[in-house]
Amino acid sequence: MNAAAAKENRVINRPARSARWLRGLRRILSDWQLYVLIAPAVIYIFLFNYMPMYGVQIAFRNFKPSKGIWGSPWVGLKYFEKFVKNPLFGRLIWNTMRISLYSLATFPLPIILALMINELDNQKFKKTVQMITYAPHFLSTVVVCSMITLFCNKDSGLFNHIAEALGGQRTAFLEKAYLFTPIYVWSGVWQGIGWSSILYIAALAGVSPELVEAARIDGANRFQIILHVNVPSIMPTIVITLIMSCGGILSVGFEKVYLLQNKLNLDASNIIATYVYELGLLNAQFSASAAIGLFNTIVNITLLLIVNAIAKRVSDIGLF
Amino acid sequence: MQKIKKSKIRQSKVDVVFDVFNTIIMILLMFVILYPLYFTVIASFSDPYAVVNGKVVLWPVNPTLEPYQNVFKENRIWIGYRNNMINVPLGTLWNLILTLPTAYVLSKKKLHGRAFFATYFLIPMYFGGGLIPTYMQIKNMHLINTPYTLILLGGLSIYNMIVCRVYFQTSIPEDIYESATIDGASDFRQFFQMALPLAKPIIAVMALFYAVGRWNDYFTALIYISDNNLQPLQIILRGILLLNQTALANLNTQNLGQDDIEYMLTLARQVYMAEGMKYSLIFISSAPLLIAYPFVQKYFVKGIMIGSLKG
Repeated sequence: MNAAAAKENRVINRPARSARWLRGLRRILSDWQLYVLIAPAVIYIFLFNYMPMYGVQIAFRNFKPSKGIWGSPWVGLKYFEKFVKNPLFGRLIWNTMRISLYSLATFPLPIILALMINELDNQKFKKTVQMITYAPHFLSTVVVCSMITLFCNKDSGLFNHIAEALGGQRTAFLEKAYLFTPIYVWSGVWQGIGWSSILYIAALAGVSPELVEAARIDGANRFQIILHVNVPSIMPTIVITLIMSCGGILSVGFEKVYLLQNKLNLDASNIIATYVYELGLLNAQFSASAAIGLFNTIVNITLLLIVNAIAKRVSDIGLF
Repeated sequence: MQKIKKSKIRQSKVDVVFDVFNTIIMILLMFVILYPLYFTVIASFSDPYAVVNGKVVLWPVNPTLEPYQNVFKENRIWIGYRNNMINVPLGTLWNLILTLPTAYVLSKKKLHGRAFFATYFLIPMYFGGGLIPTYMQIKNMHLINTPYTLILLGGLSIYNMIVCRVYFQTSIPEDIYESATIDGASDFRQFFQMALPLAKPIIAVMALFYAVGRWNDYFTALIYISDNNLQPLQIILRGILLLNQTALANLNTQNLGQDDIEYMLTLARQVYMAEGMKYSLIFISSAPLLIAYPFVQKYFVKGIMIGSLKG
């Protein structure tokens, strides 16, 4: 109920409850067309998003497809305990976290790129830089992973030709577990740095020209202007994006890891998402897999709320 | 956005150094980003022997179209292309049908229960059932392995919907709806005849976002499609590029017993050709996007900018 309607209610001063209820109903009836317009999406989201949330209870049951959700017996937290005791538990969590913490460490790069692009005076050059850095974003994950695989090939790959030309050893980069995370993250930077910078470039366009001019008259050089005018101005955007990335620490995307995974780098590339897929869809252990998925979601939401609370306290900027 | 004229104020030494460094770093960055793409293109037109042995550096070596001829011989690629040509436009249309009315309705302040609907759409952004419960729900709806699966799934990106809602709220003045209401236009009419025509720019942005996402998607098909005739391009690419399922790579390997040198050479050549084919396949599958990209780039950027107004 919005403020105007509430005020109206007070003014008319009727036996409030039934009148408000009736008014609400009348408004719904008079706006029925709006509800018709929104209905398909409401139904769609219900079927494809809320129904699975309801189905998540199989994490607490011993689900057998033949018995259905209701027919399967409750087992409480059995599958969560099983996951925590699983010898792979530590490795899965650590692999997932290492990849996302490493990615998080590259978080400033698009900001730096945006600040640098913002300083380019030649418009044509600026447009070219933007055009080229945005381009890899449009390649599909399959294509990017194929390029990585081709380039990393020990005998025929571009990276190995370069390594050899520089006097290094030929290495099967993708088959070394310790190289998996850097390859994953830096190819992500290659693909995403330009695209992620758009947000900051947009924010930089809103920096007050008066502030910049005032700083310049006070004798600040370009570097000082960036540090003391531009960066503080785009701080809200930076904080919001940072909160979002922190909330996703345990949600490394399945697609790219799965495509780059092989038997030899599994020590580093076995993450929660790929394990959930393997266990649930390839081995048909539905309940166990759903429990791990739920565990993952809960950790993510908790992290998001914590980081959001900290950010709010420190900088007054938050999502909620 | 207007930049201040820098010429009025004398550039300090630091500024000049800064400019030079900035330009150099940008040029290096462009090279690093562009070279892998450029290499893929020149490799696709080169003799596979030269590519594999590292002879291709700056331009194609012994230019040939053979890799492309081999790609075109792969039947599955055509199936993938055909499926994409059907699924991507229809799916994008379905996306718009779900996204636009929802965004419009949620932008209406007069909507009774607006806060409820806003929350209803916000929750799935942060919480979901996860892979298995979703899979079971899709299975219960009999949407595994059907020709509509890849069209219906991924119907609504809530993030895109919010971007759209912000556009409706900020770019179309409330007054025109008010006067239309007074003139007796229904909500349907206001949406179809006023809001939609005024929202053309954001519709273009949304269509592009959705279409690119669909063209590049392989996850949905990996989980829900196993019928070879329904596979989208990305799954087929994965098969050929990452799992090496090419007709060329395992051609005649069962007759390897022969010790005819000529024959062995042909076999070796086929292995090389299978490698060379990969580069051309990457180029062919990305070409539609990369060719369209320079023309539509500004729309994408616009979409992000609108989204950044209210994340």
